[in-house]
Amino acid sequence: MSTTTLKPKPVETRQNVVILFAGDSGDGIQLTGSQFTDTNALFGNDVSTFPNFPAEIRAPQGTLAGVSGYQLHFGSVEIWTPGDQADVLVVMNAAALKANLGKLKKGGSIIANTDGFDKKNLRLAGIPEDADPLTNGSLEGFVLHQVDVTKLTRTALEGTTLGMKEKDRCKNMFVLGFINWMYSRENALTEGFLQKKFARKPEVLDANMKALHAGYFYGETSETFSTRFEVKPAPMPTGTYRSITGNQGTALGLIAGAQKAKLDLFYGSYPITPASDILHELSRHKNFGVITFQAEDEIAAISSAIGASYGGALGITASSGPGIALKAEAMGLALMLEIPLVIVNVQRGGPSTGLPTKTEQADLWQAVHGRNGEAPIPVIAASTPIDCFDMAFEAVQLALEHMTPVILLTDGYIANGSEPWRFPEAKSLPEIKPPFIPAREAGTPSNAEGMDRSALSERGVEAFLPYLRDERGVRPWALPGQAGLQHRIGGIEKQDKTGNISYDPANHEKMVQLRAEKVTRIADRFKPIRLDSGPPEGDLLVVGWGSTYGAIRTAALQLQAEGKSVAHVHIRHLFPFNKGLGPLLKKYKKVLVPEMNSGQLRQLLRAEFLVDAQGLNKIQGMPFTSEEIRAGILNQLRA
Amino acid sequence: MSTVNGTTPVQKVDFSSDQEVRWCPGCGDYSILKQVQTLLEQSGKKKEEVVFISGIGCSSRFPYYMDTYGLHSIHGRAPALVSGLRSVRPELSVWMITGDGDALSIGGNHIIHLLRRNVDVNVLLFNNEIYGLTKGQYSPTSPEGAVTRSTPMGSTDHPFNPLALFKGADATFIARSMDRDPKHMREILARADAHRGTSLVEVYQNCNVFNDGAFEVFTEKATKPMNTIFVEHGKPLVFANGTRGIKLNGMTPVIVDTYAGGVGLDELWIHDERDPFKASILVRLFDDPRLEGAMPRPFGVFYVNDRPTHEDKLRAQVQRSKEMKGPGDLDALLKGEHTWTIG
Repeated sequence: MSTTTLKPKPVETRQNVVILFAGDSGDGIQLTGSQFTDTNALFGNDVSTFPNFPAEIRAPQGTLAGVSGYQLHFGSVEIWTPGDQADVLVVMNAAALKANLGKLKKGGSIIANTDGFDKKNLRLAGIPEDADPLTNGSLEGFVLHQVDVTKLTRTALEGTTLGMKEKDRCKNMFVLGFINWMYSRENALTEGFLQKKFARKPEVLDANMKALHAGYFYGETSETFSTRFEVKPAPMPTGTYRSITGNQGTALGLIAGAQKAKLDLFYGSYPITPASDILHELSRHKNFGVITFQAEDEIAAISSAIGASYGGALGITASSGPGIALKAEAMGLALMLEIPLVIVNVQRGGPSTGLPTKTEQADLWQAVHGRNGEAPIPVIAASTPIDCFDMAFEAVQLALEHMTPVILLTDGYIANGSEPWRFPEAKSLPEIKPPFIPAREAGTPSNAEGMDRSALSERGVEAFLPYLRDERGVRPWALPGQAGLQHRIGGIEKQDKTGNISYDPANHEKMVQLRAEKVTRIADRFKPIRLDSGPPEGDLLVVGWGSTYGAIRTAALQLQAEGKSVAHVHIRHLFPFNKGLGPLLKKYKKVLVPEMNSGQLRQLLRAEFLVDAQGLNKIQGMPFTSEEIRAGILNQLRA
Repeated sequence: MSTVNGTTPVQKVDFSSDQEVRWCPGCGDYSILKQVQTLLEQSGKKKEEVVFISGIGCSSRFPYYMDTYGLHSIHGRAPALVSGLRSVRPELSVWMITGDGDALSIGGNHIIHLLRRNVDVNVLLFNNEIYGLTKGQYSPTSPEGAVTRSTPMGSTDHPFNPLALFKGADATFIARSMDRDPKHMREILARADAHRGTSLVEVYQNCNVFNDGAFEVFTEKATKPMNTIFVEHGKPLVFANGTRGIKLNGMTPVIVDTYAGGVGLDELWIHDERDPFKASILVRLFDDPRLEGAMPRPFGVFYVNDRPTHEDKLRAQVQRSKEMKGPGDLDALLKGEHTWTIG
């Protein structure tokens, strides 16, 4: 390696950059992207990411089906989305270019690994040999940089003992080193990462380090690249930050909730994309009293969690749409038992197996309605990776303090996406207080004292009433082992207060109403509804929920700056709704509901509030761009 | 059933609840309920330490009749509820009540996983070879050809041999008893209760409404001696009032005469409930008693193994994690491994 001091190349400043890494699913694209993300976040940029990968672990190499992508938006300004279009497209082969060229801005830069455009790769990508995009002029209008990453990596690794295949696996580090140079970033974070990851494989560590450095020096020495860029730190609120994905946020929110309730956490789960990372994360934190149980199927996953809650732990299960469908009957049981339980649905494209690795918001009706009988379960939704933490914590709060199953909806987009998080201090989180019954002295009256005897069973003088409700309609949580509180509960309709089996028609109607009322009253604790942005009344209100938040916020802020009378409210509570939502909807001439489904929230809003809500719908397994939202809003304003 | 404290003579703990028992008159379930209550009353356990969890079916109403903690869950899923409960409350005495449809049809997947994990629970499988609560369809233990409401021309399904299935799933306690032999049942229940791990007790239970007499040949005085064999650890396999025995010819069991001039007791198969190979043969004594030369049906404890329980292993990991990393520090968790500070 040359030690000559090179003349520094000029540096141009950019406010924000969208970079899209794409390659074969075996090329290590996700790692390259997440390392560059962490490096930028550590530097102080605001970031938002969107990993996009195929359902197959290793789809046929070089084909369109096997293309894996990682989009990163980083800036010196507030960033709310992974960016509509890329400024820079890094492609490892012809298929990656073909699949992603449409996402590149006019005039954007392409960094292409030339080795990935040989005859074989062109053929696999379905490109005729005489139509090589690198040479046929079709990329005019873009700035094309050709780099033989494969050759350069191999050269850098000459003299190492690794085989050719293993050497080629270091290509992603070469690319990362080069991009670090291009954006004036240091390699330090990735070096630390590699040292930890390959601590026991010194040769692999050495090779990856060499490739990383070679990529960096290539930037400095190569004449192809005359300019570096710089994105200054963002004016983020002061504080200490970390990077977090949605699934991590969910896992940490659940643990924080259990800790604040001073309970052990039992997580029953069956592996499913894109929810499995919650299981992986939780299983690393057993020292918090976390027990993870990889059940034999989805039904056992939720049923084991119900059993754990019955025993006095915080029972949790998570899945994605198809798994949630299997859990439906057990959700009904948890609701009948009136036992705390958190059910997380990391939504993906459906129906059936659908699009396992793509995102969608099409399980809202399933969450609100998808059970037999009248089975109301509170449904809440997270809007960003960070919000996953807050909403998971709230799900625990609602479940434990109201003795009910709670459904938390996230989706593949925010579950895998990441953003910088100014994490809270533990002491700032509220204590959670489940309705436990204090230990009783022998001979003290049970909670049945003073009750109308006719409502009690024959032994009612001393009987404990498991379904005696407080003013919020919440029943007490008596745990096996507590003397004098023995009782029987089950999925069969129960007599009011005693919980004994009852087929009395009037009692059934009363119980259905009591269970519904209990859930409705949860809305009493919600904070007043708050606009995310925009005027308190006006032409149009955009009502969003879940992961569309960033795209809607970006579009709404732009249009407000342009003087449009547009407001944005983002709903976290989907069932029951915030009590302020109905009145708010009436303050605007029009209501627009963007959703990654055919209009599920729109229909709920129409049914509940008799409002003529209009839909903006996208069902492509991909998130909205802010441009699409903007166009949708402008359309409505013109209509 | 109900008694009001103060008006009846002082008695030791009464485990019966104040709920009226609603099984059909003459149902075999009454006998099992009685034996379980008697066992618990004699066991010295406190009512609040005992939990009954059931699925769906006639047998699964059982928890409502016990003055303990009870959970009547959904069809087939009791093993999963038990697994969750035991993971967080290892000190309780947990009993699971199930039937042939609940455990072997809709819950078949869960029961085998309960057994391989070896969750500490006493499972009472009421086998009546019929669906009772849905009024008389064949079950996964009904014999081939069984004429029921859903099989007017006879069942075409080959039935499960439940104990062979459980052995295949590496159960650590396998036993069989019958509703008509209360003394035997009580002994077996006591053994099951003493075992740490999943104790699987199959109880032949007569459904006198939809499948009356299904086990008559094993339970009636006249036919019982020739068709049943009660196995005891360390003792030779003899039946027919001591006149016949079973000998192992290599891997093959054969019936032999044991009276004067017959085979000596020391040549017979000596039951060893710790022997997994012999247990695998014993569970295979499952002949149709109507067939000529059928092997007698064994009752008793077939197999015992002291493998560690699932919850002990799970909780040991939690403990070890606490020792290695210290009790969870929420601030450290929220902070994670990489942070940066602005301002």
